[in-house]
Amino acid sequence: MSTVNGPTLQPDPQAEQDELNRESQRPRGGAVSRWNTLSRPAQWGILLPVVILAYAAPALNLPILSTETGGGGGTNWNINLFQMSYYALIAVGLNVVVGYAGLLDLGYVAFFAVGSYVAAMFTSPDSPFFKIPYLWTLPLAMAVTMFFGVLLGVPTLRLRGDYLAIVTLGFGEIIRLLATIIPAVKGQVGFQNVGRPPGSIIGEDGVARPLFSASNGAPWYWLTITIIIVVLLLVGNLERSRVGRAWVAIREDEDAAEIMGVPVFKFKVWAFAIGAAVGGLTGALAGGQVGFVNNQSFTVQQSILFLAAVVLGGAGNKVGAIIGGALVAYIPNRFTAIADYKYLIFGVALVVLMIFRSGGILAARQKLLAFSRKAYSFLRQSPGSASDRQRSEVKR
Amino acid sequence: MSDPTVPEPAAPEIPNVDDVPEEIAEAAAPEREIAVAVGEPIMQVQNLTVKFGGLAALEDVSFEIRRGEILGLIGPNGAGKTTCFNAMTGVYKPSSGKVLLEGKSITGKQRHQITRLGLARTFQNIRLFGEMTALENVVVGLDARHKTSVVGALLRLPRHWREERTAIDRAQALLDFVGIGDAAATLARNLPYGSQRRLEIARALATDPKVLCLDEPAAGFNPAEKEDLMALIRRIRDDGYTVLLIEHDMKLVMGLTDRIVVLEFGKKLADGLPAEIREDPRVVAAYLGEPEDDVA
Repeated sequence: MSTVNGPTLQPDPQAEQDELNRESQRPRGGAVSRWNTLSRPAQWGILLPVVILAYAAPALNLPILSTETGGGGGTNWNINLFQMSYYALIAVGLNVVVGYAGLLDLGYVAFFAVGSYVAAMFTSPDSPFFKIPYLWTLPLAMAVTMFFGVLLGVPTLRLRGDYLAIVTLGFGEIIRLLATIIPAVKGQVGFQNVGRPPGSIIGEDGVARPLFSASNGAPWYWLTITIIIVVLLLVGNLERSRVGRAWVAIREDEDAAEIMGVPVFKFKVWAFAIGAAVGGLTGALAGGQVGFVNNQSFTVQQSILFLAAVVLGGAGNKVGAIIGGALVAYIPNRFTAIADYKYLIFGVALVVLMIFRSGGILAARQKLLAFSRKAYSFLRQSPGSASDRQRSEVKR
Repeated sequence: MSDPTVPEPAAPEIPNVDDVPEEIAEAAAPEREIAVAVGEPIMQVQNLTVKFGGLAALEDVSFEIRRGEILGLIGPNGAGKTTCFNAMTGVYKPSSGKVLLEGKSITGKQRHQITRLGLARTFQNIRLFGEMTALENVVVGLDARHKTSVVGALLRLPRHWREERTAIDRAQALLDFVGIGDAAATLARNLPYGSQRRLEIARALATDPKVLCLDEPAAGFNPAEKEDLMALIRRIRDDGYTVLLIEHDMKLVMGLTDRIVVLEFGKKLADGLPAEIREDPRVVAAYLGEPEDDVA
């Protein structure tokens, strides 16, 4: 998904170089560059209200935003929020695979499916398995999907580009078909009464109801955005480490990366495994909220929708992925009239975006060094001083 | 590998003629084992043969690289220089023959393992990571020596912090060393052509190689830039690295290398000091063509 233009051999005409320099100095996306120049406390000062706003979103059911059309139609606002949040989470996971490592995965819904089934089979009374509390299925779903990610990755990650895309597409279909034909996973009948986290709430009529229920999206939404924040921190840690650099190097030039000592295969499998784990986690959350899992919702179109979320938001940028995921879920809910045409609309939106803004909505370059802020701000303050400093040290 | 904070002393044998800022190289790779015995063979190419289908691109080529020297690998177009290079660095699997680095065979090893064993290279057609800054490009090279695991990076264990902290300083020192320290924050694809070539050298040096292979580093340079590059390569050699250089430009090769290996039609034609090579009638014939050949 990267727009690699390959290092071209320039005969070095000065005018061309000036143009390139201007381009490199021009901020890519004004908001992003302004954000990067802010100090850490200032960034937190902006982030904190955003986070609070996100947690307060269930109260923001304004007419202009609302997905509830009059007369009980449309999607419940809180359910819509939950859908937005789980699309955002899955986009963050897929972004690790597609955005960072540049591995086009067209079967990502398979991991989502495996996660949903793990949650269902270990909690639903319809399942013959032993039962565990719902919250335990979240890490279990991550572990199982991670295993599936490695299972898919090890034989296929030696393939590149289109070939990998086709194999992952096939994997997505295999999982869907397995869900149909294996008796134990009950095909279209599926699993009812999937578990939910503990906790209950006393209703107005004085009857205690479960806090997390299929009809009440808000607790699920809060749970999911809390998980998103944790996942963002962890993915951010990976990004600004040798792992993130290895992924981006692989995306940019796999052969050069390997020759520079990057264990390419290992890091590709890791990208797959981590992406799969987040996909499985999302699947378990979605399965728990709906309370019902069968084989009908894990289609190729769903995979493409997830991919559209990542590309729309900005492949390689985790915040962009969140925006993309939220939009992909929100737009069909808000504009129910066009919901049937969502694939058409997202398709056109992608084409238009690729023409005018190929990096996605938030086309920010990720930071790949743990101390880069300090290092680069030092460089920016005193251009040319870095080498002078060295020279003076040498003379000393 | 003693305490990394204490730089090991440079080998006294290495000539240190011009004012080499050797602290830079030490800052970049303080754990480097500096060459002890200059002139010992560090890398041996033994009967290397590479066949593409029935065509032998490289046939039974043997030579050695000695510690602390700049070895030139030259030959007319299509002589098999780059093929030899690719077979040595693991890009191609040789049909037969061996490549030894410090006595250990590296043929058949994976490419990233070869890099970790101490063989680094640059590319004839520049292959930088375009969307990364110059500094990040060099840090990718440094990562070859880093040991942080995925879990260590995920949880930011102490080793991660330690390696990240030193990585930026070392990468900056390497950029300064090759002369593009001011461009650290520039995306690699936006660098001028000459700086991209230098960045490739810095990135390869960052892997802390025992042998640094440069594939036509002066391609597309004007004479002044070539002079600068020659000075840089000499400084790299004087810092205790061994350099293998593929180059077309005879003036540069003759002015820079300590020894030369000449290839022609996939075979080794000659091997010797620059002065000997210049006088060798076979080499002259290979470059200028023999009168008899002109008939055909």
